[in-house]
Amino acid sequence: MINIRSGQNTERDMLDIRNLCAGVNGAPILKNLNLQVKAGEVHAIMGPNGSGKSTLAQVLAGRSDYEVTGGSVDFNGADLLEMKPEDRARAGVFLAFQYPVEIPGVNSTSFLKAALNECRKARGEEELDAMEFLSMVKQKTKLLELDQSLLTRSVNEGFSGGEKKRNEIFQMAVLEPKLAILDETDSGLDIDALRVVAGGVNKLRRPDNATLVITHYQRLLNYIVPDVVHVLAHGHIVKSGGKELAMELEERGYDWILETVASNGKP
Amino acid sequence: MMDTLNEPKTFPVTALEAFAAFAVQEQAPWLRKIRGEASLKAAELGLPTIKDEEWKFTNVAPLSQLTLEPAEKSSPDLAPEDIARFSFGLDCHRLVFVDGRFSAKLSVLPKAGSDLQVGSLAGFIKSNSPEVAKHLAAHACFGTNFFTALNTAFFQDGAFVSIAAGKTADKPIHLLFVGASEQPGATSFPRTLILAGKGAELKIIESHVSLADATRVTSAVTELVLEPNARVEHCKIQQDSERAFHVATVQAVLAKDGRWVSHSIALGSRIARNQVQALFDAEGGEAVLNGLYLGHGDQLIDHHTVVDHAKPHCESHEFYHGILDGRAHGVFNGKIFVRQDAQKTNAKQTNRNLLLSDNAVIDTKPQLEIYADDVKCTHGAAIGQLSEEAVFYLRARGIGEALARRMLIQAFASGVVGRIGIEAVRAELEQMLVKRFEPAGE
Repeated sequence: MINIRSGQNTERDMLDIRNLCAGVNGAPILKNLNLQVKAGEVHAIMGPNGSGKSTLAQVLAGRSDYEVTGGSVDFNGADLLEMKPEDRARAGVFLAFQYPVEIPGVNSTSFLKAALNECRKARGEEELDAMEFLSMVKQKTKLLELDQSLLTRSVNEGFSGGEKKRNEIFQMAVLEPKLAILDETDSGLDIDALRVVAGGVNKLRRPDNATLVITHYQRLLNYIVPDVVHVLAHGHIVKSGGKELAMELEERGYDWILETVASNGKP
Repeated sequence: MMDTLNEPKTFPVTALEAFAAFAVQEQAPWLRKIRGEASLKAAELGLPTIKDEEWKFTNVAPLSQLTLEPAEKSSPDLAPEDIARFSFGLDCHRLVFVDGRFSAKLSVLPKAGSDLQVGSLAGFIKSNSPEVAKHLAAHACFGTNFFTALNTAFFQDGAFVSIAAGKTADKPIHLLFVGASEQPGATSFPRTLILAGKGAELKIIESHVSLADATRVTSAVTELVLEPNARVEHCKIQQDSERAFHVATVQAVLAKDGRWVSHSIALGSRIARNQVQALFDAEGGEAVLNGLYLGHGDQLIDHHTVVDHAKPHCESHEFYHGILDGRAHGVFNGKIFVRQDAQKTNAKQTNRNLLLSDNAVIDTKPQLEIYADDVKCTHGAAIGQLSEEAVFYLRARGIGEALARRMLIQAFASGVVGRIGIEAVRAELEQMLVKRFEPAGE
């Protein structure tokens, strides 16, 4: 059984967020957010629109549009907030974007090969040559039921919504991160695509990696079963629980939690 | 108009008479006549100034401070290894010109035959080629353009390429113009005539390179004549020294159902001006004008395109990309005429620019003159920086910031380079772009 709060476990947290405060253009969004994730765990972060879910994802990935005004983020003993986005990726942080950007003219395969070799270099592994890379890619496309011809095209260019999301998880499969952050990966997916994407994520689960699933709906959590569910509201975690919390949110919405929190003061 | 006429001539044509001696000897009467007219025209027009609407962004006054002399006078003797790096590793017929003069020793010509004639223009003039007499200087108008007039009056040599009706050239033809003289003011006037017979197909690479970092001057004119249903791809690559002046006109005339694909890749020169011009002389023609200009330092790179839809049912697509860094200045002026008769014209023009520094400048101007009513004409110009969202996406996958930016710049350039239909040239240009954007010391 996995403990929800880190204090009860001697094992070190992979991700340790303490009192994180961040905003954009001077407007605070994250306010004293605390979150601890251990290797092998899947955490879901749910919450109403505008609660700061995507901000958290972007801040962890290192987007400079967001200003961190307080707190700390420790990732496997390193100060994540001090690292450049590329160094975070090389250290094993992966963000599956909510809106993957189209990059005309940058070939998907060469992009991914460059990215993988940067990550491998950082891990002290040999760079893959073209043949090794292609055979590995072939294997991973099967996992995501991704049409291989997409890889001959420019990054995300002209991909359907579902293809873009599948491509994100495919990249994750190739890069093998330690911490994967899935930012609303379920939005815009039909049920078949959702099953494929979730299946891919599940197959990639290992005792030495962790997943942070950010979602508005409980639906995805039927397929990616979380160890812990957190509710993010007003910029911090207001409630944490087991997977049954997600079911409750689905049934009752977010209002009851917000009301409870309001009447109890700070959680 | 009067202003221009009354201004002192800053570029005395008499000083250029020295070039006459280097021009083709034993000239045919028709050529002597044209040269005389062109010489008078050049004197009358004078060096353009920024008061001239066509030259308002491109100041060529620095040219008048040079003492021009024929580059041939100071041309060194070259060996094949001196120019090997400009070959694109291409299996082709190659004509090499050193400081404007044809070098038989450095060239690789096809076997003499009637289907494909390739050789020195001066040679074809001497042998009284009727095709040359018919077409030379008949298409690139020198009446309004000083530099075209100058070239017509004083060209020494250049390429002549002619492919017979119904034939497809077995290999691409590479016209390599090498600037080798180190003499400041060394000047050459390359002249090229390309004829494609009915239904013929031809791919031409015209590249201009410098061996020395000299203040050279090139004023080139290329005329292309496409007979009905001919297909010609012309890829001009300008890599002159960054102290050089390069002025060029490429004029194509398309007969019925002709298809011309033009690429103008401008990488070199301190001041470069390219005029790329297509005239639809009959129905059903299609012209594709691609362009890429990369400027850094103090370079000024100017493209003036003219697509003249003189006849109905023709299509033109223009696609120009510019990448400007440092204090570089880019100019794009895209003129499209749709004449009164030219119904069902479809003309499209796009000019996109990437400015990599605060001091880089682009002047972009579409110029549409439409006299027919049932036509489709679109144009668009964009000026921007790299997408920070895209940079972040690449970095979030572990790619360093400098490389991410380079990848995006190359992608932007590839949008044009990728359209080149000669694989080896495309591949080498991609490599050149990689090198160009590599930070120093990497």
